[in-house]
Amino acid sequence: MPREAIVRTIGLKKTFLLGKIPLNVLKGIDLEIYRGEYISIMGPSGSGKTTLFNMIGGLDKPTEGKVYIDEVDIAQLDAYELAWLRCRKIGYIFQTFNLIPVMTALENVMLPMIFGGMEMDEAMNKAKELLETVGLGARLHHKPFELSGGQQQRVAIARALANDPAIILADEPTGNLDLKTGKEIIHLLKEMNRNKEVSIITATHDLKMLDVSDRVIWIRDGMIERIEDRENLQIKVGEVEGEEAG
Amino acid sequence: MATRVPEKKKIGKQLTLPLSHAFNMSMRSIKIRFGRSIIVTMSIVLGIAFLMSILSSNAFTAGILEKGPENIKITIQQNLEEIRIRQLWLVSLSLIVCVVGIVNAMLMAVTERSREIGTMKCLGALDKFIVELFIIESSMQGFVGSIIGVIFGTLATFFVYVLRYKGLIWHIFPAGLLLKYSLFSILLGVLISVIGAIYPAYVSAKLEPAEAIRREV
Ligand SMILES: Nc1ncnc2c1ncn2[C@@H]1O[C@H](COP(=O)(O)OP(=O)(O)O)[C@@H](O)[C@H]1O
Ligand SMILES: [Mg+2]
Repeated sequence: MPREAIVRTIGLKKTFLLGKIPLNVLKGIDLEIYRGEYISIMGPSGSGKTTLFNMIGGLDKPTEGKVYIDEVDIAQLDAYELAWLRCRKIGYIFQTFNLIPVMTALENVMLPMIFGGMEMDEAMNKAKELLETVGLGARLHHKPFELSGGQQQRVAIARALANDPAIILADEPTGNLDLKTGKEIIHLLKEMNRNKEVSIITATHDLKMLDVSDRVIWIRDGMIERIEDRENLQIKVGEVEGEEAG
Repeated sequence: MATRVPEKKKIGKQLTLPLSHAFNMSMRSIKIRFGRSIIVTMSIVLGIAFLMSILSSNAFTAGILEKGPENIKITIQQNLEEIRIRQLWLVSLSLIVCVVGIVNAMLMAVTERSREIGTMKCLGALDKFIVELFIIESSMQGFVGSIIGVIFGTLATFFVYVLRYKGLIWHIFPAGLLLKYSLFSILLGVLISVIGAIYPAYVSAKLEPAEAIRREV
């Protein structure tokens, strides 16, 4: 059976204008990501990871090229369909957590369900369940500022899972966390990937991410440098770490 | 096994939420951001208080001209033209101060929530939901702020006139006119608050979410 491409990009380019000077941030990205995969996008800071994420997630428009989510060209969607896609198909996780500051953990997780039209009671029960799954069952009514970074990111993961998305886009989810907390978050994501069959795409320059990934996409200067399967990865990890140390 | 033609995967359309959702969310946002809400509301209070103090001064003068004793009427009438010009100038000035102050406060309050707006769009909020949210929030603040402003503005002028005209003030008390000016001021306060909030909310809601989240204020 051919594997189903849940995300496909074709010739994706993005150019920002800085004043009058064009800055080519993505220079033609072609990639396919399959249902259920755990993908890491690796690259140095400034290589265009966040920009690529924004294109894939329908959070910004490419200058050129196409993004297909589940074989649908998202450039063709109207505002209502795009909101539906963001609400149900994709869950977003950010480096800076981006929880709504005035809402409790529970309300933050309920929000996408409410936007999706779910009844309050049902949304509340599901949000409680999700927060329990990420280990925050005792923190339902805390506001983001009352939670640690790791806890906030757990809330964000629960929120991303709210409408059972097919894809989770996590842009440097461990970027603001210490080593240990970062590892916990990565393993939580991996667990969700296994149990909920959600495809996970993370951007990172964190090498801890490598051993949970099915494939690693290396990007540099807005282009794909290489794509590696997990099998080939084992050898390379040491090499990369050597590279960094040197 | 028969090969099935893969059905075209469907994308649904996001529902429009009932207004009550936006209403509840706005109320909570005002309550929880209480400190910030107070600051925004205070600038509405100040603007409207200034406007209302001038308007009520107009009302008292009109009351005196209508029902006051002859000797005071005559002094006023002698300077009527001058008073009219000064009042017009003061009303215009207070209107400008009021509009600029409120619009500025709203602009700041909404723009600093650009990231939140972007995040809500990531979670599936429609642009119009976000605009609704801010209309409700700003009209509530505008309403409460204007009422307080009207009370303060009227009281301030009232004390000035009581000091000058003593008990006479009760004979000429221009209740009807004061009520009219109060309603006008409240309406204006709500209107300006909403307009001042809609513009930045609309701009932020129209931005691509990536842009709204990036925009640091
Ligand atoms: N909205 C924007 N306007 C101008 N330049 C941008 C914008 N977004 C990103 N960039 C630039 O594009 C480059 C890649 O950024 P980004 O995608 O955030 O990289 P990464 O996430 O890999 O660190 C950087 O040089 C950044 O300054
Ligand atoms: Mg980035």
